[in-house]
Amino acid sequence: MTLNCKHVWAQVSEYIDGSVAPEMKQAIEQHLAHCRHCSAVLDSTRNILVLIGDQRTFEVPVGFGERLHQRLQAAMDSAGSPT
Amino acid sequence: MNSAADRNLNQTVAAASNVARETEMIARILAGERELFHDLIRPYERGLYLAAYAIVQHEADAEDIAQDAVIKAYSALKNFRGDAKFSTWLMAITLNEARSRWRKTHAEPLDFLSDSEDSTGDYTPSVLADWRYIPSEELERKELRQLLQEAIAKLSPEYREVLILRDVRGMSIAETAAATGINEGLVKIRLFRARLSMQKLLAPKLAPRQRGFLGWLSRKAGGQ
Repeated sequence: MTLNCKHVWAQVSEYIDGSVAPEMKQAIEQHLAHCRHCSAVLDSTRNILVLIGDQRTFEVPVGFGERLHQRLQAAMDSAGSPT
Repeated sequence: MNSAADRNLNQTVAAASNVARETEMIARILAGERELFHDLIRPYERGLYLAAYAIVQHEADAEDIAQDAVIKAYSALKNFRGDAKFSTWLMAITLNEARSRWRKTHAEPLDFLSDSEDSTGDYTPSVLADWRYIPSEELERKELRQLLQEAIAKLSPEYREVLILRDVRGMSIAETAAATGINEGLVKIRLFRARLSMQKLLAPKLAPRQRGFLGWLSRKAGGQ
């Protein structure tokens, strides 16, 4: 199986997830071995996903947890048991 | 057995143990130990806020949605059958709340559950000559966090939704499908589009030749 760059781009997401078929994985890796542009696309996509998955990127508002449990407690007190 | 297989086995065992622990907690809550519900939801509350924020893009609304969802989950706990994980069920309630809120405040129709999207469309990445890895430590710089947040804000809500569940919360494709109410194939299509869109938006700003941009922003913020 021989892939061009567009074929590889279409598989980048599933390749990152490790869910491409073995034959496709091998073809992608053969292409990546000699295509610096597709390697950069894969590396940059993977790197960006690591960054957005980091806890520092998306923070919850200060006091979010306390307010959530206070309101939940008030609702539980007025509703009683969930049964 | 190799180490990857060991890790997978350990993760499976840990997940099964967590499900068993939560099932027991739910039974105790329904039997009257209602205060345990606080502990049951605590591991997931950050994710509920982020998922709600992914859709509505408004801090106060996202917080309100997360609170409403938790209270609804408490009231409906007796209906939880264990077909999905508790966390997935709780996330589904949150997403329904957020989508409902989003529809009330936006005139343009957007069908979160549409399955008519074609496979890959014209989504193409930003083609680079090379890439130098950006370590997570650089997230200490507010400018980098802002760039990432601004990029995700530019995606459509249905793409932000799957990106947050899968790549920020680490849910599996199957869990993401169950929480969003769409099939796994559509989750993969939306994830593909969301990921490539993020690469297209961010790579030109973060590529090696452009790193001076971040440095310039940092110096500017520092008043130098």
